[in-house]
Amino acid sequence: MVSGKAVHFIGVLRLENKGAIALISGVSTSAPLLSPDLALDARGVARRFGARWVLRGVQLQVRAGEMVGLLGHNGCGKSTFMRIVATLLKASAGDCFVYGSDVKTAGDDVRHHVGFFSHVPGLYDDLSARENLAFAATMLGFPSADIDAALERVGLTHVTHERVRGFSAGMQRRLSLARLILQRSRLLLLDEPYNNLDVAGIALMNAFIRELNAAGGAALVVLHDLVPAAGVLDRTVIIRDGRVHAPTPDDLAHDGASPQAITLPAGAAGIS
Amino acid sequence: MFPAHPNQFGPPKPAPAWLGWLAFLFFVFAQVFSVVTSPADAMMGHLQKNMYVHVPAAWVAFGAFGVVLVASLYFLWRDDERADLLAASSAEVGSLFCGLTLVLGMLWGRPTWGVWWSWDARLTTTLVLFLIFVGYLALRSFVEDPHRRGQWSAAVGILGAINVPIVWMSVQWWRTLHQIQSNPRGLSPVYLRGLLLNVAAFTLLTIWFIWRRYEAARYERAAEHAAQAAALGGYNA
Amino acid sequence: MAFSDDVRRIRAIVWKDLTTERRSKAGFNSVASLGVTILVLFGLALGPDGKALHDAAAGALWLAILFAGVLAFNRSYQVELDGGALEALLLYPGARWAIFAGKLIANLIFVTLMLVIVVAVGIVLFSVDVPATWPRIVLIMMLGVVGIVSLGTFYAAMSSRSRAREVLLPLLLYPMLIPVLLAAMSATKALLFGDVMNEAGAWMQMLVIFDVIFLVATFLAFEYVIEV
Repeated sequence: MVSGKAVHFIGVLRLENKGAIALISGVSTSAPLLSPDLALDARGVARRFGARWVLRGVQLQVRAGEMVGLLGHNGCGKSTFMRIVATLLKASAGDCFVYGSDVKTAGDDVRHHVGFFSHVPGLYDDLSARENLAFAATMLGFPSADIDAALERVGLTHVTHERVRGFSAGMQRRLSLARLILQRSRLLLLDEPYNNLDVAGIALMNAFIRELNAAGGAALVVLHDLVPAAGVLDRTVIIRDGRVHAPTPDDLAHDGASPQAITLPAGAAGIS
Repeated sequence: MFPAHPNQFGPPKPAPAWLGWLAFLFFVFAQVFSVVTSPADAMMGHLQKNMYVHVPAAWVAFGAFGVVLVASLYFLWRDDERADLLAASSAEVGSLFCGLTLVLGMLWGRPTWGVWWSWDARLTTTLVLFLIFVGYLALRSFVEDPHRRGQWSAAVGILGAINVPIVWMSVQWWRTLHQIQSNPRGLSPVYLRGLLLNVAAFTLLTIWFIWRRYEAARYERAAEHAAQAAALGGYNA
Repeated sequence: MAFSDDVRRIRAIVWKDLTTERRSKAGFNSVASLGVTILVLFGLALGPDGKALHDAAAGALWLAILFAGVLAFNRSYQVELDGGALEALLLYPGARWAIFAGKLIANLIFVTLMLVIVVAVGIVLFSVDVPATWPRIVLIMMLGVVGIVSLGTFYAAMSSRSRAREVLLPLLLYPMLIPVLLAAMSATKALLFGDVMNEAGAWMQMLVIFDVIFLVATFLAFEYVIEV
């Protein structure tokens, strides 16, 4: 299976990069080798809120070019994990690397790589669609980005100059997607990306994910329903009891997917 | 293989009991000595003896906030949670002595000046300092996340400590320019000896208090770390 | 990250903050109205004796600016908290101090505009004779506003994201601003009465010292405060 080859591939890379990697990972001698070809490398990421431990040591590796679905019950810590990877939240323990950059110490490098599609729109209500994107483009460091093309792609050309305050939830999602398109990130973190999107919106989202995949980018997608993501994901994992597991067929059936809809490689929990 | 928590330290070094006893006995000695040896003041009579608690309390209050400044800077520099706990302990003890200074100042001001409060530069600066650190402690109680609490309160502590000399200067100018009589008089050597003795005794007491409070804070944090280890246990297996 | 990129980001944040503020209007109008209302209340508390009002004008003016300004600082982060915009803002690459600089400049403009209205009303209500030295008063007002806004913008970054944000900001901010208030009130008052004791210059120096120290300190500390 594909995954077997992939594991082998990582093993080869690790050997080849040993010298270079030792320099980067000087933090801890016992830690596994770092590979910048891993889009995401989470090692024992833990997070508590007050006395409650939401994540208890998440191990997850996502290769460049890999699309991974993240399942789990409400409150299992999926969003918490995404926010830690995006540098929005600090882990209480554990390490996490994005393309070899430590989220704790090299946050700015991580933010250059990561595109986070959160479940909140993150838009300014009193700016128009175009103004929101222009602001985002400047902040991203692409002041000359093609905003009109992005707006056209998400189908919002008819409301370019209207304020976001009057937008429906789905339109706001599309505008957030347009911002994500401007961003050209190498690791997409999508937190329930299909919420509020109509069928055409879901198709748009999937087209975007595939495009990024073709360019060698990776994605981690939080889902409650696997159906819209059919054919997009390479594998899925599930967070249960604060840790990452390979999903059982029951988990998948529970989430409404036919087992054929996704590939389910062995060792999906990531650590070899 | 699970990495140790970067802020996980062994059990704190307990404050030695002899230090507590020494501080307490020295304090009693200093108080008795200074009260017995000092004659009644020509103008203030025995009211002068308030000085032996008021001035040392003020001194240690400002000293404790110096500790907050240094510990906060160290925390931001090294991200060592022990520094955060030391700053918090020091701020609590410092606020206590700051409050004591204010109350004693008022008790002294009433018979001396005929008013509970005069806008004396030192007293006013002490009041402002007290308010700044009430804010510091309030902030700590309003923030749940330990790391965020450490960083925020370190910033507030450093800015507050920087502000103390500026506040003092501004209140001083404000008074002199408005020509309000300030508290005059130098200090005669008869009183100075007792005062210095008490400053030393208060300093020792404060070190003891901060150390005890810090010890307790470390145990509280150690319990949190133990909860973490329990929550993460089984992962290594 | 190139410095020109940071400048572009600062400009974008200033533009964004002022545009959203201008379009919602309610914010500025209500904050400025509050400033005026506080002045009226001071007038009622101190008046109707013309001399007493005249003497207290400088103090009343600065307190009105301070009390109304506090609302502006929390508001400036409220815009970011609605709809999770702060999250997006923190996810953009680049230096975090640029976010502080942008918010600081936007708040400076906001509070200065409010100050113009409050001062104009104050001159009328407290029957202030504008002295010939008014340019120096304007300078003192600018220095005072810089002090208030730099600390206000800094502390609001914490208070707006904590529990009890309404009470926490004044609790942290007011004691810290005592030197600014003393200096600004004293200097304004001295200049209104002809600066007979020649004290305004010294107060102005104190304002400059305060502003420089706390601008540097807040810029350095902001990264620790905005970090999550």
